[in-house]
Amino acid sequence: MATIARPAPAHAADSYGEQSGIWAWLTTVDHKRIGILYLYTALFFFMFGGLEAVIIRAQLGAPNQRLVSAEFYNQLFTMHGTTMIFLAIMPLSAAFFNFLIPLQIGARDVAFPRLNAFSYWVYLFGGIFITVPIIFAVAPNAGWFGYAPLTIKQYSPGINIDFWVIGLQILGVSSLAAAFNFLTTIINLRAPGMTLMRMPMFTWMAFIVQILLVLAFPVITIALVFLLFDRFFGTNFYNTVSAGADPLLWQHLFWIFGHPEVYILILPAFGLVSEVLPTYSKKPLFGYPVMVYSGILIAALGFGVWAHHMFAVGMGPIADTFFGLTTMLIAIPTGVKIFNWIATMAQGAIRYTTAMLFGISLVALFTIGGISGIMHASPPADLQQTDTYFIVAHFHYVLFGGSIMGIFAGIYHYFPKIMGRLMDEKLGKVHFWLTFIAMNLTFFPMHLTGMLGMPRRIYTYDTGQGWDLLNAMSTAGALIFPIAMMIFIYNFFVSRKRGEIAGANPWGAGTLEWTIPSPPPEYNFATIPTVTSRYPIWEGKEVDHEAARINAQEGKTAADLGIVMPYSTIKPLFVAAGMMIMFCGLISSRALIGIGALIMVFSLYSWLLSPLEPEHD
Amino acid sequence: MNASATHTSAAAPHHYTTLGIDNRKVAIWAFIGSECMLFVSLISTYLIYKGRSVVGPLPHETWTDPATGRVFTPILNIPVTSASTFVLLMSSLFMVLALAAVQNKELPKRNRSERILGSSRLWLWMTAVAGATFLGFQAYEFTSFVHEGLTIRTNLFGSSFFTLTGFHGAHVTAGVLWLVTLLAIDYRRGLGSRDSLLVDIAALYWHFVDVIWIVIFTLVYLIK
Repeated sequence: MATIARPAPAHAADSYGEQSGIWAWLTTVDHKRIGILYLYTALFFFMFGGLEAVIIRAQLGAPNQRLVSAEFYNQLFTMHGTTMIFLAIMPLSAAFFNFLIPLQIGARDVAFPRLNAFSYWVYLFGGIFITVPIIFAVAPNAGWFGYAPLTIKQYSPGINIDFWVIGLQILGVSSLAAAFNFLTTIINLRAPGMTLMRMPMFTWMAFIVQILLVLAFPVITIALVFLLFDRFFGTNFYNTVSAGADPLLWQHLFWIFGHPEVYILILPAFGLVSEVLPTYSKKPLFGYPVMVYSGILIAALGFGVWAHHMFAVGMGPIADTFFGLTTMLIAIPTGVKIFNWIATMAQGAIRYTTAMLFGISLVALFTIGGISGIMHASPPADLQQTDTYFIVAHFHYVLFGGSIMGIFAGIYHYFPKIMGRLMDEKLGKVHFWLTFIAMNLTFFPMHLTGMLGMPRRIYTYDTGQGWDLLNAMSTAGALIFPIAMMIFIYNFFVSRKRGEIAGANPWGAGTLEWTIPSPPPEYNFATIPTVTSRYPIWEGKEVDHEAARINAQEGKTAADLGIVMPYSTIKPLFVAAGMMIMFCGLISSRALIGIGALIMVFSLYSWLLSPLEPEHD
Repeated sequence: MNASATHTSAAAPHHYTTLGIDNRKVAIWAFIGSECMLFVSLISTYLIYKGRSVVGPLPHETWTDPATGRVFTPILNIPVTSASTFVLLMSSLFMVLALAAVQNKELPKRNRSERILGSSRLWLWMTAVAGATFLGFQAYEFTSFVHEGLTIRTNLFGSSFFTLTGFHGAHVTAGVLWLVTLLAIDYRRGLGSRDSLLVDIAALYWHFVDVIWIVIFTLVYLIK
């Protein structure tokens, strides 16, 4: 089925379904609207975390600066990490999970639409809760990993860490609720014929990420519960001083969560480029089954490598060897993915769109980050590199060069599907090149400062150590990011209003989400298609022609088609708000805990006892 | 695809599932998987801290306070906890009978024993009461420990023991509330076989909480 140029639909730019206005967004249970809410919120937090990074770099731009105090610097790097991981990259991935999973598998919504709304509201409230303190300079200040015993009351008496412990607990609820939802959706709402091995690669990676979330988040939940109890009720879990607690307990629990978390951050981006690269190469993804298996292998091995974050604590040669080996093993499936992407592009009819440029840059930059990762998989090398800027360079190459580049590829690729209009390609390419240059200018010199011995998390340094020029370079690079982001934001909002009308399939992609109008109608598919191949549009001889024709129709409402849609409801927002008030009570007054619990329980019962959708027979 | 197929999928959009089972059943299994990791973390911590407390009271050993000379006997009361474990295990049996009663609600009941077996209210009550009894035992255990000088702040054993068993107790409490909610629905409009799924997922949760208790009882109470 070729791309069909069609006249502008009346609702292309600004409407989802019938309703608009604030109330419609507060009560929405539509996965597409919730995806858009996630997108906007996460982009906001991404810029907020970026601002923190710019202040950090300004402070480190030259030796012996006093732009911010040492104490505030601690808050800045803690909140930069926490924000980027929990409030930017994970929710940006969640925006794509929400928007794309049902469209890619041929479903009308996620399995639990109201739970989906609940996840978003909890994320929003938790994000605000953990972000606001930095405005008053009482933000968490012990690093994004919050090592105990440093974080117990005795050593961190202020309210700072309380915000961190409670904030992460709240965000965990959001992630877990979303994970159960998406897992069920992918397992149980695939259209007829959409077998597991026909699922688009993004959905496959999303599937693996949900499993990681379901298994990894309970561990940090417990680690945080211990810390919360230690701080609020005087338990001894991390009390190494008088109770004989194990100083490594937190580190083990945290990294058993923390390393799978790394794959939670990167696999969605891998999934996005696995959609982008085939589309702009006009070739199916090379080695699809191996891509699936390598994703599964990465996730499975990801649970067996956590202690490579702890080589410096002295676990002994056997543990070091084991974790060094498993870490190196992960390079194999990851390398397989890199080679498969290259093979996908090889001899393809490549179009260098903005999305493609971001996609290719992921392959290149992630490889650099992967290679430096292999270096500190070896314990002797790690002992030299740990806690230096070499590590900072490494994880920014995988998280910025990998996750963020992949997410931008996804945004440029899917913007027309989400908004119904195309983004400006010229501005997009300016954004890409500025980002690419800024990224390398900022983070490449950190390899060198790290090798020269510059430690992480120091708020300033003395001159004459050979770090000055390299730090100035990093800072210069960091100052380019805001310019790039402003161009992106301008492009985003102008294109949303005035961009060229996209049509159903502007890029000539092959998967199911491109068979329906852009933006998709509230019911997604007028008729559920029968899927017979991995790229139904490209493999036209097999395509379900009649379903495709019905699904391409525009301007039909759910009522016209007799499709039952779930009710909009404010209840998930109320449950989330009740939970939020309850948690706020922990750091203010006990009365709030009671009030919050009442609101939560009452709204929850009201939600569970009211029907999802009108009765039908 | 033709018009009739379109009609079918449009009329019953939420009834089609890939596996043919309800979404809620898939989700509860995912939830149970997640809960396993939660309890694995709690139980591992308990086991790691076993024998590392620097002061008593201790679970299986006698401890003499060097400052006061006061002797603390082993604190775990295995006979009492065995009784509460038995009650909780029986509650799983009642839960099975409750589910069967709901599933077979519409079958004719020919005699008294079939009427008893077929009473969803009876078995839901029995399950909830057994769960509440277990919680009563736990409240008794906790208060007697506090009287004997063991609180959540005393030592590593106190912290990890109360947190682990407290988390389990919280799960039982949630389960009892769930059962009471089902009872309320049963009294309001009667649970029939069409509601089997509601009871089924509650039962899966209940059995899971029971299984976790078997693990805790073995590792914490029985193994010294």
